[in-house]
Amino acid sequence: MTAQVESELETETEELTVREAIRQAMREELERDEDVFLIGEDIGVFGGVLEVTGDLYEDFGPERIKDTPISEAGFMGAATGAAATGTRPVVELMFSDFTGVAMEQIMNQMAKMRYMFGGKAEMPVTVRTTEGGGMGAASQHSGTVHSWIAHFPGLKAVAPGTAASAKGLTKAAIRSNDPVFVFENKMIYEQRGAVPTDEDFTIPIGEAAVEREGEDVTVVATQRLVGESLETAENMADDTSVEVIDPRSLYPLDIDTIVESVKKTGRLIVADESPLSYGTHAEIVARVQEEAFFSLDAPIQRVGTPDTHIPFSPPLEQEVLPSGDDVREAIQRVT
Amino acid sequence: MADFDLESQDGRLEALRRMVTIRAFDEEAGDRFADGEIPGFVHLYIGEEAVGVGTCAALKPDDYIASTHRGHGHCIAKGLDPKYMMAELYGKADGYCNGKGGSMHIADVDAGMLGANGIVGAGPPMATGAALSIDYQDRDQIAVGFLGDGAVAQGQVHEAINIAATWDLPAVFVIENNHYGEGTPVENQHNLDNLSDTAQAYDIPGLTIDGMDITAVAEAVSEARDRARAGDGPTIVEAETYRYRGHYEGDEEPYRDDAEIERWQERDPIESFRDRLIDRGELTVEEFDELQADIEADIDAAVEYAQDAPAPDAHEAYEDMFAEMPPEIERFASAARTDGGRPGGDR
Repeated sequence: MTAQVESELETETEELTVREAIRQAMREELERDEDVFLIGEDIGVFGGVLEVTGDLYEDFGPERIKDTPISEAGFMGAATGAAATGTRPVVELMFSDFTGVAMEQIMNQMAKMRYMFGGKAEMPVTVRTTEGGGMGAASQHSGTVHSWIAHFPGLKAVAPGTAASAKGLTKAAIRSNDPVFVFENKMIYEQRGAVPTDEDFTIPIGEAAVEREGEDVTVVATQRLVGESLETAENMADDTSVEVIDPRSLYPLDIDTIVESVKKTGRLIVADESPLSYGTHAEIVARVQEEAFFSLDAPIQRVGTPDTHIPFSPPLEQEVLPSGDDVREAIQRVT
Repeated sequence: MADFDLESQDGRLEALRRMVTIRAFDEEAGDRFADGEIPGFVHLYIGEEAVGVGTCAALKPDDYIASTHRGHGHCIAKGLDPKYMMAELYGKADGYCNGKGGSMHIADVDAGMLGANGIVGAGPPMATGAALSIDYQDRDQIAVGFLGDGAVAQGQVHEAINIAATWDLPAVFVIENNHYGEGTPVENQHNLDNLSDTAQAYDIPGLTIDGMDITAVAEAVSEARDRARAGDGPTIVEAETYRYRGHYEGDEEPYRDDAEIERWQERDPIESFRDRLIDRGELTVEEFDELQADIEADIDAAVEYAQDAPAPDAHEAYEDMFAEMPPEIERFASAARTDGGRPGGDR
């Protein structure tokens, strides 16, 4: 177990859901820094469509929990301009599928201002958004788009897989002076876990976690697939020793932790819900072959969504969504 | 930076100085672009000087402006130094953006200039955001979003004005109607005669004024500023103006004829303001000629400065992506810092 995980376990913790952990992270940062405010659609009285902001409005009021018009480009642009002029907005983009509606603001303004201005603009903005299929929300409310953002220069991207990382990464994002996207998978909002209570607990952006140690094969899993891979690893424990790593940050990526593991196990599975082609899987695979090519004993396997949209009908949805079973099958192919 | 307004004689002379500076700067920039010294492309503000300077004359020094692709005039109106602007156009290390922005992205956030912008319609959301910060922190400032007539058709402009109006943010939106969106006449882009009529959709004031008259611009923006500071929300000011040059340098302008350009030039914003100051006895012809000669010498000096300024070091390409540089970029940056080259391995 890495020192990082050990030190997290030694601290005082409480049991929270991922949803509660994110809300607690926002609550603590709102209390800590009055330049922080939340902005998005129905995050106030309504509490957020997936109830993440919840009761924050009751405690912080309309000045700090700002309900916007249904106007993704407008409020993403406003948050960008606000971040450049002395405040620290935390945007809720209701579903990650709406990224495209606001993409001009994200890619040409938020991501480029600091660079184009020779470093003379700050951009301390956080964008929280929810990804993933599994609740019958159909193609326009179920996508996983984090590869777009992780790919685009000038943006940082994190994607928590546990309650602790949900809190630690959200707090780190809000404290960061860079634009950070927090990709929350909607199917794990109810997942429970031990979360450090220390108000200064953060998880550095760009630091992976070894969630389970193993000797035979490395599974790099994100978001919902972290928990499912851990369950798969447990179920296979009699036959195969599986190491599970949650990269937690997609950009920057802690490739060192992954490479160290692959050098030990010689086998790698990359499990991420994003579409298989040209994305997160490919990036991890490419970097591993650059640094650990001669340590590989088997072809690297990818587990992800085939290049389809997420269909509505539950059996079709389950057909395309990657799962712990897919991770097991991938492990069995190479061990 | 010095405050200036049109209320005092000194302020009026300063406004004239800034207008003349814009024209001299942009004429020089056009020549230097034609000579091949300035890379990329440049959009010149010549003819529209009264809008930028009139607007900034109505602002306080720490108010914000968010500009357009035609941003040189806004920079000078806001008080930026032509020397560092020219260095930026030349892509030099001493430019406002260390050479990484160029003509379309000159910015000086500390001076309240939130950047020229290569995306048509991107200024208003930026201004709404700055106004949001001002409102949130209860600061005594406003934010102006400049946009062209073409940008009025952009969806993000509507979204930005709607948010500012709904939240009564201290913003002013200045439409510079120069009558062409790139090469397409304004009447082929909009169903309105007066673009300020869009204000009705937000239940905010909208007015169309003579953008060739600096006094009219300053008065309209000053009133809009007062309204914004009083907490009554934004105003749309449409300034009717004209660009004497093409959309960008090199534009062959098949969409208009010389007679049209000449008609507008008869109402030249600099000449008319100069003549008014002379009529009022605040300036003599000789003093104006002297002022113009001084400014031309300053611009020549700015060009010389830009020509002689050092190019950015190779590592500069990797700096300023983030406040905290990720390892993915650091390895390229450190290689460039040590031997000016790129690291081995993947590219």
